[in-house]
Amino acid sequence: MNEISNKWIGKNTVRPDGAEKVTGRAQYSSDTTMPGMIWGHVLRSPHPHAKIKSINTKKAEALDGVKAVITSKDIVDFPLDKPVILGIQDMRWMCRNVMARDKVLFHGHPLAAVAATTEAIAEEACNLIEVDYEILPWAIDIEDAIKPDAPILHDHIKFNDKPSNIAGTLEHKKGDIEEGFAKADVIIERDFKTEAVHQGYLETHSCLVSVAADGRATIWSSSQGQFMVRAMTSFLTGIPQSNIRAIPAEIGGGFGGKTIVYLEPLATVLSQKTGRPVKIVMNREDTMRASGPTSGSKSKIKIGATKDGKIVAAQGTYYLQAGAFPGSPIRGAVGCSLAPYDIPNAHTFGYDVVSNRCKVAAYRAPGAPIGAYGVECVLDEIAEALKICPLELRKLNAAKEGTKAVHGPTYPTMGYMETLEAAMNHPHYKSQLGKHQGRGVASGFWFNAGGESSAQLNITEDGNVVVTTGHPDIGGSRASIANITAELLGIHHDRVSVLIGDTATIGYSNLTGGSRVLFASAMVVTESAKIVIKQLKQRAAKIWGIDEEAIEWENGEARPAGDNAGNFDPLSLAELAGKATATGGPIGAGYQVNTEGAEGGFATHICDVEVDMDLGIVRVKKYTSIQDVGKAIHPDYVEGQLQGGCAQGIGWALSEEYIYNKQGHLDNTGFLDYRMPVCSDLPMLDTVLIEVPNPKHPQGVRGVGEVPLVPPLAAISNAVYQAIGKRSYSLPMSPPKVLKIIEGN
Amino acid sequence: MSDTQYLAASTIEEAVNAHSKANGSARFLAGGTDLLVQIKSGIRKPNLVIDIKKIVELNSIEEISENEFVVGASVSGVNLNRNKKFSKLWPGVLEAFRLIGSEQIQGRASLGGNICNGSPAGDSVPALIAAGCIALIAGPNGKREIPIEEFHIGPGKTVLNNGEMLVSLKFPKREINSSDAYLRMTPRTEMDIAVVGCGVNITFENNVCTAARVSLGAVAPTPLLIKEASKIMVGSDLNSEILDKVSKVCMDLCDPIDDKRGTIDYRTKVAGVLFKRATLTTIDRIKGN
Repeated sequence: MNEISNKWIGKNTVRPDGAEKVTGRAQYSSDTTMPGMIWGHVLRSPHPHAKIKSINTKKAEALDGVKAVITSKDIVDFPLDKPVILGIQDMRWMCRNVMARDKVLFHGHPLAAVAATTEAIAEEACNLIEVDYEILPWAIDIEDAIKPDAPILHDHIKFNDKPSNIAGTLEHKKGDIEEGFAKADVIIERDFKTEAVHQGYLETHSCLVSVAADGRATIWSSSQGQFMVRAMTSFLTGIPQSNIRAIPAEIGGGFGGKTIVYLEPLATVLSQKTGRPVKIVMNREDTMRASGPTSGSKSKIKIGATKDGKIVAAQGTYYLQAGAFPGSPIRGAVGCSLAPYDIPNAHTFGYDVVSNRCKVAAYRAPGAPIGAYGVECVLDEIAEALKICPLELRKLNAAKEGTKAVHGPTYPTMGYMETLEAAMNHPHYKSQLGKHQGRGVASGFWFNAGGESSAQLNITEDGNVVVTTGHPDIGGSRASIANITAELLGIHHDRVSVLIGDTATIGYSNLTGGSRVLFASAMVVTESAKIVIKQLKQRAAKIWGIDEEAIEWENGEARPAGDNAGNFDPLSLAELAGKATATGGPIGAGYQVNTEGAEGGFATHICDVEVDMDLGIVRVKKYTSIQDVGKAIHPDYVEGQLQGGCAQGIGWALSEEYIYNKQGHLDNTGFLDYRMPVCSDLPMLDTVLIEVPNPKHPQGVRGVGEVPLVPPLAAISNAVYQAIGKRSYSLPMSPPKVLKIIEGN
Repeated sequence: MSDTQYLAASTIEEAVNAHSKANGSARFLAGGTDLLVQIKSGIRKPNLVIDIKKIVELNSIEEISENEFVVGASVSGVNLNRNKKFSKLWPGVLEAFRLIGSEQIQGRASLGGNICNGSPAGDSVPALIAAGCIALIAGPNGKREIPIEEFHIGPGKTVLNNGEMLVSLKFPKREINSSDAYLRMTPRTEMDIAVVGCGVNITFENNVCTAARVSLGAVAPTPLLIKEASKIMVGSDLNSEILDKVSKVCMDLCDPIDDKRGTIDYRTKVAGVLFKRATLTTIDRIKGN
């Protein structure tokens, strides 16, 4: 890591998008409009599982105001026998998810779309489309989907050579699990269950697409990656990527849920057919019904430890709902669950299970909260059985630099142990509990990620800086990049403007996800800044007539490097910019690379709850998250990430769940009955930032956004146990469930 | 495509006439916090929406004699809250009404709308039943009055006939040493719908209960007045045995459904708990604690 003065890195500078957002001027996808624009509406399946025998669109097409009707025939088909992978998605599933082909696989599955002069006409036309269904038996829950006689969603998917809803498996092994358990003095084995939960972004999916007469498409949409939108739309419509320009809007939350497309290919085809710009906006009900939540799960966790608290063996078996198409986040569950610990013998195994639910999408550390939930609850029981403080138990087994993780890598410098020590010493952990209150702790890990990023750093004619990167800013990347750029160039933060380029104006950049954006974009911005500083030195060298090597760049100025270099007054960035034309032209540089060196993040959380023993209501009274955040470039944003993750974890643990009725329909498609916590449900979410810089990053950045959602499920469960004296093994811990546990029946 | 007409009526007569002429295809609009959501989600498709906020009687709070109030059906939560005397006399009614939605919703949502929406879980209704409120109704055949506990006949269904509108709510003259409370169980602290609601209204003098009304919401197809509770409570000192007894009565009279919001078993238990807590709060209020 560079030894830098840190004038701006680590400072809570004013966020560049703040003024526009609080005054309502920021442009979101649904704010876009165009002359001649018409509206699209999507027809969705009323059944959880059915064969589509025929679709008759004649009446819809005949309705006044209708301009086009499309079905799966209008979307590129990817045959089932050949995977076409893009990121974590497979186009075979994507083409069937955006528009059902032979079967509808969940309630809400799109099977036709209409473009009309008004939204109301488009909706009415959808109701005129006649679909002949052959209703099939369905399976919603994992148990029903993996039974021997379960209705099969995809005939070509085989498990043990038989058609199955188990679409894939993944395992990690270390040591000898049987031998390990043989050495254990205490072994605890428990079954856990969690429900599907939605990311809950406030802004629903929407897009406006204009395909011009020359066949070139422009897409404005709400996504976590304009390049992902371009690539997927290209795959699904057949338009070459060079003819699609995807423009990222400001985004009203994503949390992983906007890493795939739903509407863009449909609007593109409708615009192609009509020659008009087409806008589609999903309502909340369709967003809940047909855009990715994350998996519900069932799991079995078995952990053995010696009497002195050394974990000798651990085993985890996970079944995760994938929704209608393969692709549940089993990697996060089996990979992250044991990652905080140094365990000699371990085996984690995950099953990817399809069922008649909407296809899952990424959600903040996908799979990892499910993985950690069971493990961290069983560790709490081990600590209790051995009469060891649960943090002490974790310290005894904590992974350190040099530990070989169950999921493979050997860790470099990392701050997990520091989070445990900080938790033990935190006033929260030492504070008194009141009546019917309990305290729980849990830890968590997320991989974090690198990947492709591009940046362009230009010096304006008046000597200021415009930086363009290629990922939508969801968690503060613009503010952080401004801090880093100001630091590197030695100029005031206000002189740096950071923009998000569209697919035509900046090089390929992977999407915003995996806690990768600041890690990756800081790297390409740093490289761009190095080139720009070199250019600035060259210009000064030219002006002064000395060697470039005799110039140093300091505090935003070119200076002679020493007495031998000559006696010149420093040249500021503004002065050099003013003379740019005469010294060689515009000053600026870009850099693009597949970034490597991302390192995982660890956290330990402390949670106090209070339980209403008559009503079963659990309220979180105090919450502290302690995380190794690497270097905090913009601490306020980092704290915000931690608090946001904890808030979502509290919802997942206590009140959020997908509820299906007997007809296989999602029964809670609005925020009234899909209970995300509101402000008054949450206490102040306290944070402690442990800064152990990532040695493989120029500014020491680790990802921070996903780790905070990993520990809460278990931390809250363990706290509820302490409050009521009985354990819950399933989420959410809703009042009726908790009251039943209290009453012991 | 169906067109919806909008009429802002300025008198009760105008509103009632327009509604009766529409033959069941009209809806009255007060705050609109239920109606507009229902129209948007396709549950209701009225041909005519009659805005009643401009009618003076519906939008006023009147103290017709000392401690005796009549509240217009379209008065918003925020406006009722601003009436210091009313809030002092009927803290339970106000706390029920103030639980509906957020601050923004409170600026629009009306007491009358909450009643006419007919939800078994409407927060204000148990409190109004406990208060002993009378609904003043106007219609094509003139005016009539009925107690709020008789207003609902099923989920979403009320006694209002075609053309009839709820004009106002008449509260009984408030006696001294009286108060009320409303409690509801919701998983969230705010912005939620009652799994069970309980309104209690008591007069308690010299450690003797001289009047009591208890009402439960969301435990049956309509909000319930627990008449049996009054019989047990009146004349007693409301000791813990009495409260246990009434709590049991409340639970016995519950006839809830199992749904995504709560189970039969859970709702029943909660009804008993809320009755006790609301009663203790009411006694505290009377004693000025």
